[in-house]
Amino acid sequence: MTKTEIENTDLKLKLVSDFQKFEKSLNGKANSILNKIKIDAFDCFNRLGFPVKKLEEWKYTNINPVLKHDFKQSTQLAKHTLTKDFVGKYFLKDAVNLVFINGFFDESLSDKITDNDSCYSGSLAEATTKFGDFVEQHFSKYADFKSNSMTALNTAFSKDGAFIYLKKNSVNNIPVHILYISDAVNNVMLSQPRNLIVLEEGSSIKISEDYFTVGSNYNFTNAVTEIYCAQNSNLEHYKIQNDGDNSFHIGTTQVHQERDSKFSDTTVSWGGSIIRNNLNSVFNGTNTECHFYGLYLLDGKQHVDNHTLADHKMPNCFSNELYKGIIDGSATGVFNGKIMVHPDAQKTNAYQSNNNILLSDDATIYSKPQLEIFADDVKCSHGATSGQLSKEEMFYLRSRGISENDARILLLNAFASDVIDSVKIDALRIKLYHTLQLKLKS
Amino acid sequence: MLEIKNLKAKVETDEGGKEILKGLNLQIKAGEVHAIMGPNGSGKSTLASVLTGREGYEVEEGEVLFEGKNLLELAPEERAREGIFLAFQYPVEIPGVSNTNFLKTAVNDIRKSKGEDPMSSVDFLKMIKEKAKLVDIDPQMLGRYVNVGFSGGEKKRNEIFQLAMLNPKLSILDETDSGLDIDALKIVADGVNKIRSKDNAFIVITHYQRLLNYIVPDFVHVMYEGKIVKSGDKSLALHLEEYGYDWVAEHLEEIAK
Repeated sequence: MTKTEIENTDLKLKLVSDFQKFEKSLNGKANSILNKIKIDAFDCFNRLGFPVKKLEEWKYTNINPVLKHDFKQSTQLAKHTLTKDFVGKYFLKDAVNLVFINGFFDESLSDKITDNDSCYSGSLAEATTKFGDFVEQHFSKYADFKSNSMTALNTAFSKDGAFIYLKKNSVNNIPVHILYISDAVNNVMLSQPRNLIVLEEGSSIKISEDYFTVGSNYNFTNAVTEIYCAQNSNLEHYKIQNDGDNSFHIGTTQVHQERDSKFSDTTVSWGGSIIRNNLNSVFNGTNTECHFYGLYLLDGKQHVDNHTLADHKMPNCFSNELYKGIIDGSATGVFNGKIMVHPDAQKTNAYQSNNNILLSDDATIYSKPQLEIFADDVKCSHGATSGQLSKEEMFYLRSRGISENDARILLLNAFASDVIDSVKIDALRIKLYHTLQLKLKS
Repeated sequence: MLEIKNLKAKVETDEGGKEILKGLNLQIKAGEVHAIMGPNGSGKSTLASVLTGREGYEVEEGEVLFEGKNLLELAPEERAREGIFLAFQYPVEIPGVSNTNFLKTAVNDIRKSKGEDPMSSVDFLKMIKEKAKLVDIDPQMLGRYVNVGFSGGEKKRNEIFQLAMLNPKLSILDETDSGLDIDALKIVADGVNKIRSKDNAFIVITHYQRLLNYIVPDFVHVMYEGKIVKSGDKSLALHLEEYGYDWVAEHLEEIAK
């Protein structure tokens, strides 16, 4: 047995022991619907283990460096030193800001939760006690853990996360901004936020998930967001990753779309050591529309892997995808975009594009379009590019007196802009442009 | 202002390089307009590229002094800051970068190199409005991405607008007349004539005499196979128009005398 495998097993053994403790604490409630799911999920994780590179889905991403750390998990909101003033700097104006520390809701740091006739936005833990039946109807119904051990692990330990529920025909113009702070000041933590977003018929909202780290210890987030979009609903969803150099993130966003619904996601990854994002949308009705946008800006030894799936199960649906990467240093990007068109999904329109700019000789991109088409009357296209900044454009700018560095910044900013412009929360978009400028200048 | 002495330059090719400029001499003083005419492949655009520092050209011999400084040592942006401007034959489209942002960066980078503070937004907008009038550019166009979706004429007008904004000492117009209809040609030429002064100079590279009816040159040079083979006043352009470049080829020795 190699050293890594022993260490692997160590983290797994620790999780087994954590779960046994949890099972003991159930105190006769092991038969509740949610706990049964958790027990099943853990069993599944136990059998599958952590993903390894020999799995096709993990071919380019090695998570062994993640597993060698001695991560601890909290079972509730732990004491921390973060103040409202500090956290407030990360808030979005004109939004409901919800704060989670290591996966647990901190009411004292958050804006007031929304709980009215049309909308609930708060914590999953509280929602489970308040309206457990409703949570049971949706929890773990979309994110399949049988084939994904990291989702299984998250499901088994799921305790808290964001819960957002839009009632029928409610149009919510106030975005929800969720801050997931990894508190790595004193401990080496594993956080497993579990989010559930349910949009009933005809409702709409904008939601952003914002991940960042405080402190410099190693930290690991294993997040799952389940989204249900009922008929004719409209969700704009954003995921911003700005964690630290010692941060690892594995996350799955699983979307279930009913007919006439529209879902749009923008994933921006700037910070974090190893990141793996899965973004899957299943079209369960006709005339469904989804947009996936992504931007990754990598340097040093960062590794960011985006796996997406547009699962066309029904006819007349539309999916569009644009992922862009700027890769410097010896960083690595992975893009795997799968478009699945089932036999019934006639008149499908599915488009995909992945463009990369490599700024150094050691930067790497693995770009893999994966189209599986089983219907004959469809329009599908994909394209992938990787290259350097255009010499012609650089010369044009420099011939006007613009320094080489400023010319580079102008062009990279332009390259990233069509992804950032997909963000429809003004304050967030401005913030993203600001961060982009800072990152490009450094 | 500009002194080119025995300039020999190669363009880099897969086969190692091809000599294009074969000993070119030219002197330009402030206040002058020089037209350079010549057939395709005679080296006109290579001269423009070498003067502005485009990659892919290798100077083998000779020197270029701009106000006494060795131009060939400078990076493209440094040449621009010294006061050299190239109106491109094929202006480059830059999606995602607005004209305004592009010009603001250029103006302020040039100011910074001279130790000046960035221009205030108010002053910058004022200047934009004023210069846009010179070439009849709709200020709305300035919010659009650089040259993206511009017609051929709009692209060329945009080059002259940039010229007006940056106020260079020496401007090189590389076939600015190509692809322009007569109305656009007049607008572009009018713009240049308004900018023309005793303190600046122009090199107008063109195939056709037509442009020179509007931008009247002080000197006309005929370029052939990498050299200037004949220089004269504006009447030389008319002569060329009448007899064509074949005349140059056929009477090379005679002309050189």
